[in-house]
Amino acid sequence: MDIGLGHYLTVAAILFTLGIFGIFLNRKNVIIIMMSIELMLLAVNINLVAFSVELGDLVGQVFAMLVLTVAAAEAAIGLAILVVYYRNRGSIAVEDINLMRG
Amino acid sequence: MTIQALAFYLFASVTVASGVAVVTARNPVHSVLFLILAFFNAAGLFVLMGAEFLAMILVIVYVGAVAVLFLFVVMMLDINVTELRQGFLNYLPVGLIVGAILLFELLLVIGSLTLGSSIGVLPAAPTPSVLDVDNTQALGNLLYTRYVYLFQAAGLILLVAMIGAIVLTHRSRVGVRRQRIAAQIARRPEQTVELRKVASGEGV
Repeated sequence: MDIGLGHYLTVAAILFTLGIFGIFLNRKNVIIIMMSIELMLLAVNINLVAFSVELGDLVGQVFAMLVLTVAAAEAAIGLAILVVYYRNRGSIAVEDINLMRG
Repeated sequence: MTIQALAFYLFASVTVASGVAVVTARNPVHSVLFLILAFFNAAGLFVLMGAEFLAMILVIVYVGAVAVLFLFVVMMLDINVTELRQGFLNYLPVGLIVGAILLFELLLVIGSLTLGSSIGVLPAAPTPSVLDVDNTQALGNLLYTRYVYLFQAAGLILLVAMIGAIVLTHRSRVGVRRQRIAAQIARRPEQTVELRKVASGEGV
């Protein structure tokens, strides 16, 4: 039983799909939506590292680290926005965010 | 090789199962805890692939920082869970359909994936043999030389994120008395001290 590139890509594909599924499922709970985004970024990282190892090219791992940085920054900013929103509105129901009619 | 397959299936199945639990858990706190489990097992997958440094970074950054941040926010906000779960079943069919289609397409791509013979012949940064240089050192050699500007840019992104988060959540409360040093220094004697000529034997 040889574990190769395809196995890791399959795991990453399933995780990515779970992220999409979570966004559809929890339309009202923005915290779970952000966790789903983190899952999707994790799947992307698994993809990058799998290809990096398979092709013997370290740049993939450098790229994965940059993706990780951006994910951390995104989580920090998103949660800060969420805290401010909760402070102003008293709830985090995201379905009725249409103040700007966008 | 059997041990490797065993470890892979263990890590992969726990990762996927906790991913399912993240999106379906009733309590957001449980979701965060399952997210931490998923990150840990993904780190195990990274170790299995031979990317030890990224695995440790994943544990430190995701589990140590991001997931704990999520946990703080979930516990800080007083969330009505039942209200947020309304419409959960309404969105289930469309979510399942979209997810199934996406997964089908992705697996189709992966199933038909064949690496060309020329790919990997000229890597941008060939991985050195682990006997000479281990993963962490090789990554450092690359990151601090050729990709040093990207590294600096990543630091800048984190700085901007930090400042942004502080600016967003900082609030100046009204009615709180603070020491304002600038105002203290700017006070002149004319504004505060009043000299009166007091006649002897009389009050002010």
